[in-house]
Amino acid sequence: MRAPLSWLREYVDLPAGTTGREVAAKLIAAGLEVETVERVGADLTGPLVVGRVLGIEELTEFKKPIRYCSVDVGPAGAESGEPQRIICGARNFVVGDLVVVALPGAVLPGGFAISSRKTYGRVSEGMICSAAELGMGDDHSGIIVLPPGHEPGDDAIDLLELRDEILDIAVTPDRGYCLSLRGLARETATAHDLPLRDPALLDVPVPNEDGHPVRVEDRAACGRFTARVVTGVRPDAITPVWMRRRLEKAGMRAVSLPVDITNYVMLELGTPLHAYDRDRLEGGIGVRRAREGEELVTLDGVKRALHPEDLLITDARGPIGLAGVMGGEETEVLAPERDPETDEWRGTTTIVVEAAHFAPIVIARTARRHGLVTEASKRWERGVDPEATAAAAQRAVDLLVGLAGGTADPGVTHVGVLGVPRTVLLPADHPDRVAGVAYGRETVARSLQRVGCDVYGTDELTVTVPSWRPDLTDPNDLAEEVIRLEGYENLPSTLPRPPAGRGLTPRQRLHRRVGRALAGAGFVEAPCYPFLGTAALDALGLEADDPRRRTVTLVNPLSEEEPHLRTTLLPGLLAALRRNEGRGNHDTALFETGLVFLPGGDETAAPRLPVDHRPDADAIASLDAALPHQPRRVAAVLAGLRDPAGWWGPGRPADWADAVETARLVAREAGAVIEVVADRHAPWHPGRCAAIRVTVDGGTLVVGHAGELHPRVIGALGLPDRTCALELDLDLLQRASEGPVRAPGVPNFPPATRDVALVVDASVPAARVEEALREGAGDLLESLRLFDVYTGEQVGEGRKSLAWALRFRAPDRTLTAEETAAAHEAAVAAAAERTGAVVRGA
Amino acid sequence: MSAPNKSYDPVEVEALKPEAVERAREDALEAIAGAGDLEALHEVRIAHAGDRSPLALANREIGALPPKARADAGKRVGRARGEVNKALATRLAELEAERDERVLVEEAVDVTLPARRAPLGARHPLTTLMERIEDVFVAMGYEVAEGPEAEAEWFNFDALNIAPDHPARSEHDTFFLHAPGAGAEGAEGAADAADGPGSGVVLRTHTSPVQIRSLLDREPPVYVVCPGRVFRTDELDATHTPVFHQVELLAVDEGLTMADLRGTLDHMVGALFGADIRTRLRPNYFPFTEPSAEMDMVCYVCRGDSVGNPDRPCRTCSSEGWIELGGCGMVNPRVLTACGVDPERYSGFAFGFGIERMLMFRHNVEDMRDMVEGDVRFTRPFGTEI
Repeated sequence: MRAPLSWLREYVDLPAGTTGREVAAKLIAAGLEVETVERVGADLTGPLVVGRVLGIEELTEFKKPIRYCSVDVGPAGAESGEPQRIICGARNFVVGDLVVVALPGAVLPGGFAISSRKTYGRVSEGMICSAAELGMGDDHSGIIVLPPGHEPGDDAIDLLELRDEILDIAVTPDRGYCLSLRGLARETATAHDLPLRDPALLDVPVPNEDGHPVRVEDRAACGRFTARVVTGVRPDAITPVWMRRRLEKAGMRAVSLPVDITNYVMLELGTPLHAYDRDRLEGGIGVRRAREGEELVTLDGVKRALHPEDLLITDARGPIGLAGVMGGEETEVLAPERDPETDEWRGTTTIVVEAAHFAPIVIARTARRHGLVTEASKRWERGVDPEATAAAAQRAVDLLVGLAGGTADPGVTHVGVLGVPRTVLLPADHPDRVAGVAYGRETVARSLQRVGCDVYGTDELTVTVPSWRPDLTDPNDLAEEVIRLEGYENLPSTLPRPPAGRGLTPRQRLHRRVGRALAGAGFVEAPCYPFLGTAALDALGLEADDPRRRTVTLVNPLSEEEPHLRTTLLPGLLAALRRNEGRGNHDTALFETGLVFLPGGDETAAPRLPVDHRPDADAIASLDAALPHQPRRVAAVLAGLRDPAGWWGPGRPADWADAVETARLVAREAGAVIEVVADRHAPWHPGRCAAIRVTVDGGTLVVGHAGELHPRVIGALGLPDRTCALELDLDLLQRASEGPVRAPGVPNFPPATRDVALVVDASVPAARVEEALREGAGDLLESLRLFDVYTGEQVGEGRKSLAWALRFRAPDRTLTAEETAAAHEAAVAAAAERTGAVVRGA
Repeated sequence: MSAPNKSYDPVEVEALKPEAVERAREDALEAIAGAGDLEALHEVRIAHAGDRSPLALANREIGALPPKARADAGKRVGRARGEVNKALATRLAELEAERDERVLVEEAVDVTLPARRAPLGARHPLTTLMERIEDVFVAMGYEVAEGPEAEAEWFNFDALNIAPDHPARSEHDTFFLHAPGAGAEGAEGAADAADGPGSGVVLRTHTSPVQIRSLLDREPPVYVVCPGRVFRTDELDATHTPVFHQVELLAVDEGLTMADLRGTLDHMVGALFGADIRTRLRPNYFPFTEPSAEMDMVCYVCRGDSVGNPDRPCRTCSSEGWIELGGCGMVNPRVLTACGVDPERYSGFAFGFGIERMLMFRHNVEDMRDMVEGDVRFTRPFGTEI
């Protein structure tokens, strides 16, 4: 809502020197969000006066037609009020018109200094101004032609209200009344402790039977309807400058006088009005819900199919307006036209003014259904003062009479009854208990009276709230009014004492630990958007029936390319990796921890539960049943060099083993024992992909995969060669946690080490050999390390040699050579039996 | 090795004559002093202190002396051997020190050579800033609560006193989810989107639904801090992102007041920006709190000195003197009622703020996109804590 300070001053006697910034500061402290204070015309200086065009000499010798005008500027003219001679390029005026003249010495917005100068072969003594030249908007269509009623020489700076300050206020949904000058003036008056001249305090006539007939069928949706008629409106009457200027400053465009008047009253009082051309109405006005199949062409020229819940204004023919949202084209007041033959003005002469009160929800829904948010619907949604309808109608009638030469018809229609004022019961100490401040009853009552409430009672207050504050319904609403008027800045600062806490949960600690461990291992965290397109899944090479293609889909995605929610973290991370590559950040390792969205297929729609009591366990379960499964994942991608190159030597490229080792790192942080097995799983290289398995509750689960990406995926996504990746389910890993670490013994007896090289078939996984060695060696084996893998002629085609270092130790004695040898042999024997291993060179 | 000769009783043994012992001692000391390096000293040790050295041989003959002479000879030989051994040790230490000196000088390197041989990782500052805030509250006794990102509308709106037709609901720019099985082809028009597609599920627009879940899960008193990702249908630009992070706080207990809210805010701001940073509350409106407020803190950079002082502009607060943190207020009793908490007995306060914004003003981030693109050059300097 844009509020010119000059307009506010009409209702509040602010001290003369008060600036817009000062008013803004007070309003901010009172809870209004003043976004900007715009100073208009600050860089404008006169003389700027009204002039009357006395004569026009058309100059034709130039590329474009130019006029050399004689303009009477009254006593402002040079030397005893002679007419000024002024060059002008515009053509939208005739002799006798009143125009705005900047005389030599004036400075227009933008530092444009006006002087007497020679141009087009003549001396021009000033400039005839357009609206744009005066900083009044961007209308370059011609110079300003003023309506009659002004005298040459009048100061145009005041006339056009060129100097002003405009407060732009973002009105919160509870403060609908601040979408009017009346409401903002009330807040301004309260904030300055000054009286308010309420523009809605107008004498209104008593309703009678002679007005335009109105029939309201849906009283719940339309509580009031006032109709007034003004006859004899002159179609040639134009909007006076002051009204036009106020509309413009408030951000609205002037249209025609009757429309401008309804808009002006809406801005002033907050009540949206509508003006109908009575000659275009057929019969009485009705208010009802739409019927199936009805249509309406609204003022914006759009033909709209109506919904049975839409609230309509009708006449004998059918719908003529979407109530509270927008009127219909057929009955709108006509733009005035001059008859080319008779030279007379034609247009609307009899106007029916509608001032009604509509239910906020009905209008909100209608507006949303039609995607039609208007100045009117915005106000209805947020609540309009129901007691102001008659005054708003009266104000419009007064303006039509005063400005358009009309006559108020004695007929006054009013449907609906006077509302009963709402009361709220408020314990007098409630604001004290909310704030933690001892205000006392007197302060509470005085504050509430300042916002327009009537207050009765001593310990238990009966508070009658004003009609323009539909938001004041609960004791806490009233407490807020008291606390804000007493000043939020005066609240003390105390600390509550929560019960002693237990710190983070195991899941939260794991989440942090994994992040720290990955950062420590050289990965950079990159949280990615969860939006996903089918193309990304195609690029990963997923089969048509891959479960990761079963996605949750957004109704209103930002991009039609990415309407789904991610089922894997990899697309986001790989895109980030490619972005880094593109920016020259090579040798990058990235990770993310985050949720994925996995539809179970059995989700039901979430019910809309009541809010007046706690839902029971079944009801809560029915909400959760609507949600997709959302486990927390960790994923990492890496490309380029894993170990940097430098003066110490060459770097080491990242490979599949780094990915698998990173999976082990994450598992270690989770305290989970994992099993690594070869797997074929998109998007990984079929020969370089490990499935990571854990045992949970006796069952084996795959928690994720790690390895090198498939070359086709790397090609499709434009990634560096040999890009590697892993993705694990952190929640599952946590479930596989072995629990608290049991401290191992650290015996001091000397270890015995034995190396052994075992030749096995190339297809035998090292993990199986290791497992056999461990189990064969028994308890005396302290550790076992694979230190070499060899393939080549010496071991034969299709074979490989795995060299292990075994380390034996007993907790209670020094092992004898015989004991060590026995354990070693048992290990080798187990490997031989289970994997066909042969001791190399044996 | 020769054993003492008990059958032979000579009066004198040549090697044990005082002159001979003295000569052997002097020879030894001279040789030790003359040893130029550790190898030479090794030779000297063999020659003058080894098993076949004159003093060792003399020592062996002591048993051959008459008993009366043995003590005297033993004392003289022992003293001489002691002196020689001591001189050897001293010389050895000198020569070793010389050698060390020389070798260590030869081994000197250029310690300014950069040697980052391991890749440099980092956590994202949005993550670590959220954790930092969590830690402030965990230290006060709060729990960290989490919830789903795809959330039922009832949790995200209704229970928070945002009824289906409340204007605030459309101001939330919500992502709606299709009902299961509807698929993308069932997409409805934008106008209908505001009413939701019927699945009743949205991407949460704030972390407030976690507050509702916390109230349903726990018995009061409830003190929770709720960090997390939230979603609004804003296009990404320098100041907007459709996916962002919030931390919200909820306290529900007997007798909590707005003064407690303010004190808690002061404490948090003090912990994050310095103990003397003041806060300010301005009235505002949120459906889920009543009274509601916008919270600001004094600019921790200029401390307000830049206001009306064009010579000392402040980029952090745009010379406003105050930095907007977020919204807060007393939990609307209607919210308590929806969660089965008796508003006659309990009251509560809540506040929430955007982490992106805080990161921007706390660390001079100038473009929202820097925080979402995953560029390692942005993230690395933040390390693992913030």
